[in-house]
Amino acid sequence: MDENRLDGNAAAEVLAEIFTFEITTARAACVRCGAAGEVGAQMAYVSEIGTVVRCAACDNALIRVVRQDDGPQRYWLDLKGIEYLQLE
Amino acid sequence: MADAPRKLAWRIGEIVETSPETPRTKSVCLEIPGWDGHRAGQHVDIRLTAEDGYQAQRSYSIASAPENGRVELLIERLDDGEVSPYLTEELRAGDGLELRGPIGGWFAWDAREGGPLLLVAGGSGIAPLMAIIRHRQAAGNEVPVRLLFSSRSYEEVIFREELESLAAGDETLEITHTLTRSAPPGWQGYDRRIDEEMIGEVAFSPDEWPLAFVCGPTPLVEAVATTLVGLGHEPARVKTERFGPTGG
Repeated sequence: MDENRLDGNAAAEVLAEIFTFEITTARAACVRCGAAGEVGAQMAYVSEIGTVVRCAACDNALIRVVRQDDGPQRYWLDLKGIEYLQLE
Repeated sequence: MADAPRKLAWRIGEIVETSPETPRTKSVCLEIPGWDGHRAGQHVDIRLTAEDGYQAQRSYSIASAPENGRVELLIERLDDGEVSPYLTEELRAGDGLELRGPIGGWFAWDAREGGPLLLVAGGSGIAPLMAIIRHRQAAGNEVPVRLLFSSRSYEEVIFREELESLAAGDETLEITHTLTRSAPPGWQGYDRRIDEEMIGEVAFSPDEWPLAFVCGPTPLVEAVATTLVGLGHEPARVKTERFGPTGG
């Protein structure tokens, strides 16, 4: 068991710094397997380096986000694992 | 843009009260100027800053109902933790605490969403589920609720008296305890870790289309969620919140 494996909800903090809508209840479709579900229902891997949200069905990386805290605060956001996001 | 973007900003809350729940847990009640309310199940981030500038940050679930204008957090003291010993031992009424939130809309429940609700908690994983139970009570909602609550011992059952008194006055709220390490003499309830047989006895059947919220240590959450899905519950209706390894 990976100790850093958490619910997608655990990625809510860093994503809420970026998105102005509630991202954990948005539905994301995986580009690899096509499964669609709420971001909060996927798996989050949270570490000092950054956060990766993976598809609960196939483990594909849906969202990768890295935050730089030293110096000017910056984010790197990689969403290429997501086919589409459905927002309410 | 029509609406100003919602910004997740740090702010200072004031400690109004702290009260021990069990030997290792404490409720910390905060008044937060400008707080716009929360949904039952959401959490906040707490940030502590040392004199040398070192910062430590942790997430804590909100245990109070949205109807209660204050925000109550349940803090479990982890002896080797960086944050929880300070929060449980040093904080006093009148102190300020830096926090931001509410965070997370997925592991959350509004009374109008209905049920029935199956709540499964391990230890301090009761906190967001307590917010749900308190919210349901405050909203006068009568959705049937079953809580299966795993604790190490009777003394360590968090919110025990409040849960007893809520269940005593409400026949749609059923509470089942299991004690995994020690049980008092004459204990009639479960005294083992949550397993498939126990879930089968306590949970609503999948036909009743319950909404499940499971919160606690990762092994408990994964075992319960896997069992529920195996019993035929719809995966999208089993919401989980695992405690991270950085706790404390």
